Amino acid sequence: MPKDSVIGDGQKRREDKRFTTGKGKYTDDIILRHQTYAAFARSEVAHGRIRGIDTSAAESMPGVLAIFTGDDFVEVGGNPAGWLIHSRDGTPMTEPKRPVLAHGKVRHVGDAYAAVIAETPEQARDAAEAIVADIEDLPSIVKMADAVANSDNRVHDEVDSNICFDWGWVEDNRAAVDEAIKNAPHVTTLELVNNRLSPNPMEPRCSIGDYDTGTGDYTLYTTSQNPHLTRLLISAFVMGIPEHKLRVVAPDVGGGFGSKIYHYGEEALVLAASKKLGRPVKWTSSRSEAFLTDAHGRDHVTTIELATEKDGSFIAVRTETMANLGAYLSNFATATPTFLHGTLMAGNYTVPNVYVNVKGVFTNTVPVDAYRGAGRPEATYSLERVIDKCARELGIDPIEIRRRNYIKPDQFPYTTPVALEYDTGNYDAVMDKLEEIADLQGFDARRKESEANGKLRGLGIASYIEACGIAPSNLVGALGGRVGLYDAATVRVNPTGNVAVMVGAHSHGQGHETTFPQIVAERLGIPVENIEIVHGDTARIPFGMGTYGSRSLAVCGSAVVRATEKVIDKAKKIAAFMMESPDGEVEFDDGVFSLKGTNKNVPWGDVVLKAYIPHDFPIEMIEPGLEETAFYDPVNFTYPSGAYACEVEVDPATGKVEVKSFAAADDFGVVINPMIVEGQVHGGLAQGIGQALLEHAVYDADGQFMSASYMDYSMPRADDLPMYRVDHSALTPCTHNPLGVKGCGEAGAIGSPPALVNAVIDAIQHSGRTDVTHIDMPLTPARVWSALHDK
Amino acid sequence: MTKVSMTVNGKAVARDVEARRMLVDYLRQDLDLTGTHVGCDTSQCGACVVHVNGKAVKACTMLAAEAEGAKVTTIEGMASSDDDLHRLQVAFNDHHGLQCGFCTPGMIMSAAALLSENPTPSEAEIRHYLEGNICRCTGYHNIVKAVLAASGQDSAALAAE
Repeated sequence: MPKDSVIGDGQKRREDKRFTTGKGKYTDDIILRHQTYAAFARSEVAHGRIRGIDTSAAESMPGVLAIFTGDDFVEVGGNPAGWLIHSRDGTPMTEPKRPVLAHGKVRHVGDAYAAVIAETPEQARDAAEAIVADIEDLPSIVKMADAVANSDNRVHDEVDSNICFDWGWVEDNRAAVDEAIKNAPHVTTLELVNNRLSPNPMEPRCSIGDYDTGTGDYTLYTTSQNPHLTRLLISAFVMGIPEHKLRVVAPDVGGGFGSKIYHYGEEALVLAASKKLGRPVKWTSSRSEAFLTDAHGRDHVTTIELATEKDGSFIAVRTETMANLGAYLSNFATATPTFLHGTLMAGNYTVPNVYVNVKGVFTNTVPVDAYRGAGRPEATYSLERVIDKCARELGIDPIEIRRRNYIKPDQFPYTTPVALEYDTGNYDAVMDKLEEIADLQGFDARRKESEANGKLRGLGIASYIEACGIAPSNLVGALGGRVGLYDAATVRVNPTGNVAVMVGAHSHGQGHETTFPQIVAERLGIPVENIEIVHGDTARIPFGMGTYGSRSLAVCGSAVVRATEKVIDKAKKIAAFMMESPDGEVEFDDGVFSLKGTNKNVPWGDVVLKAYIPHDFPIEMIEPGLEETAFYDPVNFTYPSGAYACEVEVDPATGKVEVKSFAAADDFGVVINPMIVEGQVHGGLAQGIGQALLEHAVYDADGQFMSASYMDYSMPRADDLPMYRVDHSALTPCTHNPLGVKGCGEAGAIGSPPALVNAVIDAIQHSGRTDVTHIDMPLTPARVWSALHDK
Repeated sequence: MTKVSMTVNGKAVARDVEARRMLVDYLRQDLDLTGTHVGCDTSQCGACVVHVNGKAVKACTMLAAEAEGAKVTTIEGMASSDDDLHRLQVAFNDHHGLQCGFCTPGMIMSAAALLSENPTPSEAEIRHYLEGNICRCTGYHNIVKAVLAASGQDSAALAAE
């Protein structure tokens, strides 16, 4: 197969056959012999002191095998925070324990305080309902401002306030930023809320604990984006099960979007219960439980100030944010609003002074953690909204003000005031592409057409930059990260020349089983069909960190390249021996090894066979076999960027917003499979449009979660969304990984909310309501109507 | 326990189940037909859609006993054989109409019901009909293209790309 046909080829997905025929194997599809079922008793109040839990009625119910409460897990560890943040004054963040089951207090609606194991799921649920908890209601802490203001009523009694950390980035910039803003000719200020979301992968979480009483080995089947990370957390922090006695399998997983990165208490519970009973224990989340327990996303309240010259040149950016952490620290909750947010606050722009302040706040709500984009959507939303407002105030076109401040191609590598070094990019070229695919020339005519139909039409523009390919271990370590963020791959060439590639990344929609073979095929010159990807099982794959942060191809894909290169290097030595020139220079091209300067050559298959049948083999120089592992630790983040345009129609009579078109021009670096990349962008756009228009995890003053079902939480549906125009041709290859790739999974969700809100504000302003400068997401008909009609 | 009998994917089946057994659990737990999925508990997401006597039904909201004697088709019954897939199964692959695959069985079952009612639906009709099937991965773009293509229409014409 010619090399050039593999990279950049939109090959159809090999995963699809099993999924389209109902033969996928998701965790809940696994039925083990003598399997039992877990159900949880969960708090109905947001904040309360547990005075007693009466399990007597439940114990005598049919099929009940065991009941657990928080008392049973006092001796085991807590679910840890993966990132240590230091406050501005140098003190470390507070880290209250997150137990397997609530003990002493319940801290959010849905907090589990007991679990029942029974013969059937129905019996387990019936018995869980029969558990009687005596819980003393405590005043709920729901609004972040209240949580910060009142230290007497605390989510965690053992720490002295509800503020986990008060972080400044970069603290040394603070005085200069204050001074620059004080002296600036123009300052635009915006207060905005980044609405709380529930990730909602369509597959609810599910875990099966299976303890082998003969060997003492545990197996956990679970819905995870990163089985090795889950095993590490359970082994080293929570349960103390040694890693060599715990296997974690994440089979087909039905989407994650961040929510399945984290270890959850239900996983520990099914393992402990299986040990106690000597039988497998399965728990399958209902959608209602998913709303109440899957880590939420976003939930920031921010004030942003942008100081500029009169011509719109940026002078300084200053933000103050309260970031909701919920009731407990989820594994990466503290990294998301800090290092994945504050470091991006310079955007795509040359802005000499930037300072970000974030307070992480505990409240009696579901824990909040990384959700598609994770910090970067919040940064982009704040910045791109305030730029839009500034452009209006100064009378500058929204595209022009961005272009005027873009970092130019000859300025890379570019170090920002918030401590990132962007390696490459060409933001003007991406904006040129956007203007082309969005047909911005035709906007005025389309606006007239809308107006003729009694509708307001608006155009919104946004740029974004994100830091992906997470992440250089030495950098994250210096910043408080408690893990390395390399990834790993093993390339195993089988004796007849076909290949198994074991990868640390996990595919739960991203199509790795299709894309990864393309990069191996390109290097080995063998057909993609002869290459198989193995993932999702700690017993079969090397220690890799999994899939999130648009990292799979940039980090794990690079490990695949490195391991493949090692295989080729070894195969060349074998080939040299076979060509009777052990010291000769061997070239490998298109599946054939040739001895430089001669007409000698040997094909791939012969060399592989020689490696495995080493009858005549220089075993004193070369080991038999052909299998290599590589760990790849990136030297920098990757920096995908893009420019998005959204056109909306607003019905002034109802306030309803309709997205008429959405165009996305992205620079993802080199693209391996354009079909899959475009699909990733489509999905990200839908989630970003969902955030901007529809989705909202709403809590009332008592901490009751008011939108915790699909009857109330408005998921984007087919008739809410347009066809998208996407393009990724204005690319600059990443300069520091072997594939030149940057990552594409989160982009759509990052760039789309500000583009959409900017479009609605444009429509409203054009109607004459120039006093309406902002509406908080989601832009529901009620909010838009009020903005249009309230005086 | 109640004996519930029906024909599933052309085969006669009977199981003794609790009266409260939902059709989706009958299919998944009792018949091991795990291609039909459960994505919510409010009859909203459509991951559980199957055909009962030719009509698309959310199997999470129908008691197994209500399907007594019925002809039921699940995703496992859509392909004629292992290498002769249903045109929607082919089109979803051709047009990248799925990512994680969890909503896909329900999506295909709903789309098949649409095409039997309306053989050449417009983009708007497809979007409206699939409103009861939630997909979190694809943003629907490629699902719409796939359904349009499966109906024999030119999907390239509508895609703004």
